Amino acid sequence: MAATPSVELLDVTKRYGDGPVVLHRVSIAAQPGDFVSLIGPSGCGKSTLLRLIAGLSPLSDGHIAVGGQTPEQAAADLAFVFQEPTLLPWLTVQKNVGLPQKLRGVAPTQRRATCRRVLELVRLGDRGDAYPRQLSGGQKMRVSIARALSLSPKILLLDEPFGALDEMTREHLNEELLAIRQQEAWTAFFVTHSVAEAVFLSNRILVMAANPGRIHTEVAVPFAYPRTEATRLSREYRDLVAEVSRILRSVESAVA
Amino acid sequence: MPSRALKILLPTVTGVLFVLAWYAIHYSMAEEMRFLLPTPGDIILALRDNAESFAQAARNTATGALLGFGCAVVISAGFALTLSLSPLVRISLYPYLMMLQMIPIIIFAPILVLWVGPGIKSVVIITFLICFFPLVVNTTQGLISTDRNLLELFRMYRASRLQEIFRLRVPAALPYFFTGLRIAATVAPIGALVGETFAGSSAGDGGGLGFQAIIYSSQAKYPALFATAAVTCVLGFVFAAVVLTLSWLTLHQWHDSYERTDT
Repeated sequence: MAATPSVELLDVTKRYGDGPVVLHRVSIAAQPGDFVSLIGPSGCGKSTLLRLIAGLSPLSDGHIAVGGQTPEQAAADLAFVFQEPTLLPWLTVQKNVGLPQKLRGVAPTQRRATCRRVLELVRLGDRGDAYPRQLSGGQKMRVSIARALSLSPKILLLDEPFGALDEMTREHLNEELLAIRQQEAWTAFFVTHSVAEAVFLSNRILVMAANPGRIHTEVAVPFAYPRTEATRLSREYRDLVAEVSRILRSVESAVA
Repeated sequence: MPSRALKILLPTVTGVLFVLAWYAIHYSMAEEMRFLLPTPGDIILALRDNAESFAQAARNTATGALLGFGCAVVISAGFALTLSLSPLVRISLYPYLMMLQMIPIIIFAPILVLWVGPGIKSVVIITFLICFFPLVVNTTQGLISTDRNLLELFRMYRASRLQEIFRLRVPAALPYFFTGLRIAATVAPIGALVGETFAGSSAGDGGGLGFQAIIYSSQAKYPALFATAAVTCVLGFVFAAVVLTLSWLTLHQWHDSYERTDT
């Protein structure tokens, strides 16, 4: 018996008012534990797709099921990591991480325990009392991820979370993200501009095309988890990065 | 970056030079004209000789300023919250808010005295009118300038409208609120003073600094008149200092306006 897909998109179409079609009949079936990267030229609607799954924006046509429910019903199972860290500057790291639980009315003792746990996960256990402005860009992003994990989501939606960081920090955070995923089995949708990042993180890469936004090609990434620095150095990894880059270029030149 | 000692030394030197220049100007004037610019020494003497009445007047002015300022803070906060709830409410009320600010106090004060009589009530209302506008405008601006990403975050976590207002919009508006508060605090004593020159009275408590200024002016007691100005300055400094301290206590840990810059 096949496992119930944890996220299923069927012929999802999105246009804003009478504007151009942003997404045209996109269908994806993600199995529990999938790490799906969405990559494509700007304007291909990859961020919009993420927002639709999050229930932040209504569909124009089609159907999205998250564990058999609508995104609104499944809100408790979903967490979103934005492009920016989006931390509240007047709250300490600890309180920022505790915010989603506070909004849900979780009791303080349980809240503190969860905050400690997820801050340990992102290796910021000792920075709970710091204010966001005292942190580096990479640390802020880790707090943002800890906050997303604080409600123990089943599905994690990440919208170019590491786009603004330098290469080294980004690679570190990629490894950390996978390490966390060894401990918490969530399904991930990850929007990125970096082919290397997509290949390193995911088991499935969806290359999207623009005008209208649609899925162009799916690439399976066969490397076993856990992946490490050694994975990046392997020949197979570099070949696959080259292959995905080639597909991406062909999609982009078709637009231009 | 100037050292701490320099930060104290430099203003002190400026102050000493200023006082010396003051004396120089005083003594370079023709003797019969010197009454126009009493020396700092004369002013201090006038202050000492009338210490009792200055203290009483300063207390009265401070009370009027504080009450008007306090009412303006409380009412403007509620008003700003209402304005922030909907653009329609803002559009409907904004022109009249502007009009409130445009009321010339010089014309309105005598009318007010007719309505409520001279004394502290009129002074408080005039101070309120002067403080209200900067507070409402700044606080409203703060409440509607919330970072869109943060609003999205609250939507993502299905926050209620009340949670959004009190856990996000209000704290995010605090720096704006304090900007309004700083402006209001510096104009509050001046507002009270202006109020007193129109609506002050010697009935009961002997009036405030504004009323005293009129008396000293009519009696040609110029050192005492200068002393009144000095006391008003001190009052303004105290108001500003209290608000700056409150602002620092609330914001310094997280707001960028208090970032330590070592340049």
